Amino acid sequence: MTQQTDRPATGARDPGPIPARRRFAALRRRLPHSTFGRHALAVLLALVAVVLVLELTSPFRNSQFATMSYYAIAAAGLTVLTGLNGQISLGHGALMAVGAYTTGLLLGPEADAGSGLPLPLVMLVAAAVTALVGAVVGAAAARLHGPYLAGATLALAVAVPGLAIYFDHWLGGEQGLRIASPEVPAWFADAVYFLSANETPTAKYLAYVGWGTLLVVLLLLANLMAGRVGRVWRAVRDDEVAAELAGIRLGQVRVLAFVVSAACAGLAGAVLGVVVRLAAPSGFTIVLSLGLLTAVVVGGLGSLTGALLGSALLVFLPPAVTNFGTAAGLDGTQAAQLAPFVYGVVLVLVMLLAPSGAVGVAKKLARRRTG
Amino acid sequence: MTIGFGRNRRAAFAAAAVAAALVLSACGAGGRPDEGSGSDPGAAADPGITATSVKVGAHFPLTGVAAPGYSEIPTGAQAYFQFVNAAGGVNGRQIEYVFRDDAYNPTQTSQVVNELVLQDQVFALLAGLGTPTHSAVLDYLNSEGVPDLFVSSGSLLWDQPQKNPMTYGWQPDYEIEGKIVGQYVAQNFPNARVGLFLQDDDFGRDGELGARRFLQNQIVAAERYTPGNTDVAPQIAALQAAGADVVIGFNVPSYTALSQLQSLRLNYRPQWIYSNVGSDPTLVGSLLARFSEGAVTGAGMLDGVITTEYLPGVDTPDNPWTQLFQRVWDEHGGEGELTNYRVYGMSQAYTFVQALQAAGPNPTRAGLVEAVERAGAQFEGPWVAPFRYSADRHAGISGMEVTRITGKTTESLTPVQVTDNGDAPITEATTQPAPPPAGGIPDVRPGS
Repeated sequence: MTQQTDRPATGARDPGPIPARRRFAALRRRLPHSTFGRHALAVLLALVAVVLVLELTSPFRNSQFATMSYYAIAAAGLTVLTGLNGQISLGHGALMAVGAYTTGLLLGPEADAGSGLPLPLVMLVAAAVTALVGAVVGAAAARLHGPYLAGATLALAVAVPGLAIYFDHWLGGEQGLRIASPEVPAWFADAVYFLSANETPTAKYLAYVGWGTLLVVLLLLANLMAGRVGRVWRAVRDDEVAAELAGIRLGQVRVLAFVVSAACAGLAGAVLGVVVRLAAPSGFTIVLSLGLLTAVVVGGLGSLTGALLGSALLVFLPPAVTNFGTAAGLDGTQAAQLAPFVYGVVLVLVMLLAPSGAVGVAKKLARRRTG
Repeated sequence: MTIGFGRNRRAAFAAAAVAAALVLSACGAGGRPDEGSGSDPGAAADPGITATSVKVGAHFPLTGVAAPGYSEIPTGAQAYFQFVNAAGGVNGRQIEYVFRDDAYNPTQTSQVVNELVLQDQVFALLAGLGTPTHSAVLDYLNSEGVPDLFVSSGSLLWDQPQKNPMTYGWQPDYEIEGKIVGQYVAQNFPNARVGLFLQDDDFGRDGELGARRFLQNQIVAAERYTPGNTDVAPQIAALQAAGADVVIGFNVPSYTALSQLQSLRLNYRPQWIYSNVGSDPTLVGSLLARFSEGAVTGAGMLDGVITTEYLPGVDTPDNPWTQLFQRVWDEHGGEGELTNYRVYGMSQAYTFVQALQAAGPNPTRAGLVEAVERAGAQFEGPWVAPFRYSADRHAGISGMEVTRITGKTTESLTPVQVTDNGDAPITEATTQPAPPPAGGIPDVRPGS
């Protein structure tokens, strides 16, 4: 699902001097010819893996996977914008806030309050509203470059949580908007029970919702990246003048990239809202936006796999470091302070030793072995 | 090697899908067993409690902007629990205390509370800090049936026993603090023009509600600040322009420092009154030094400021409770001195030990909550006024005294004032807090 080549699967035609390569080619020939087919197959396999992992891990791991899913959705959207289209955004946390607040307003604080819309529809509305915001921001962003774009999106990240505090009658102010956690549908619990003989607590259901959404987003993004749109985005990123000479309208392309990315952020915000059960300004600070950006960079800019890896790091590293610190005999406060420190060290090391991120390193290794 | 797949791919896929479905359903359960064969819900013991241990969890800001001061609270609680454990624990159970960092971010609070409840399997949550942070986990804890005792915030949200039967407040709520301060000002500054400096959330709103009960005609301005925005110049200038000569602040410690610096800049010298939350002289002093880049040092600036107290402070070394807590900290504490925040944490830990004792030799989660409802109003400890716990109320300490900061200590301006929410009258406390028991560990009888 992360192949970005525009080539169809023609590798099979090469004779391939090495047996390993021939085996790979033979494997590749069996894959569906269409890009969509290949991506759909990968997503289906991933879905099976997700079901296995969620059924076999503890409720706490389930909740961590739910957390990871919303970071990954937003990071996938951001990696498309920054890695493929070359636009930096420090405001994705704010776009997630738009999604989360939309979800909160539609679902209401109690299960029986709110608009009574089903969850998938609420998530779509949240994505649409955020996409609209993204279009407005993108229209402004399309005229800006480099540090100016970073500055403008930074302003977004600072301003949006402020709006929630300003309109506190609507949006709950500093203490936030409570969001009713969706009930586990009976058919869903029955289906899971049918497969695994496990009950479905809310935490696991939310992890399913998050990962289901994530897989759909990855499928759509992978197709977008592999097709004409992705090619145009890359062309604009690599050489604006050449792209313009080739008849590409820079502004439109940039705004479209921003809209797609914002829609992902909105979906991520919707998942965050139902998982956290709260949309509060202190949850959408600049730290969130920067965290997403570092996840994308550490994982490997422009790669959906990289976005997944980066968000896994964001979720699993801090508790692991804290527990390691506690086990090593630090007291609770020191162990907690260790987590941001290690995260910073990892970031510095990645920037120094592997600026292309985890996926970049993996690709380089693979190339060295086969070439 | 490629038989069949090349040409008849669609059929092959269908076959593979059917096979996968068959395999999955074969290894699954296929359907639910009949009702009634399930296990008895009462048979399983609650998580987090064994014959020799009981596990308690908490979330605090240990890193980030809210960490100064607040991160000391769990170290105090930790020290007190170690003190109790060294004396044999509660009914033979050692108290295991786990506190995790949420950086004052509700998203992270939800993650760490998941970790505490699901991974660490705590028996109860104790003293989770903050209104926005803790409200993110309020529904979760109540729907999971995890006791959520003694939240470290004065919001009225924790006193909703019908909706949130597991949750209890602990400190005096901001509304009764507003009432007690309001009455003091009305009696002692009857001709003053009063300004309010409020944090723009429940904290400021509840405080204002209480203060207006007594000062409705005296208040000339109510200025609100948004937490996070460090420029309070417009608010302070507006208070000055309105001619307020008494300013009551319902704000957090960093805004005490900011408002002091700003009024210094404007040469504005009203009588400042800060709520208990925002008035720790040591913390405000260090914040003042930091914000002013060393131009203002020490807590001297708070000299003469009026505030409220409901626990003995470290500035009263003769108080028997302070002496007890000092002993606990010397024996079991980590680095640093005993601070008011650590006293706060120890007092909450002390209350928790009482609740655990009241729940009897074999506490359950439901039993613990029920024991606080039944016996909590009689708990005695370092706090100046009793809790308001009952079957209908989960509200915390019912009173406080008004004090003035002089140098590094405080002097009492009123006796302890006791009241309740709404238009309940304010009365003087009739009893003094009892001295601590000889061993320093409470002794609450179950069923009392």
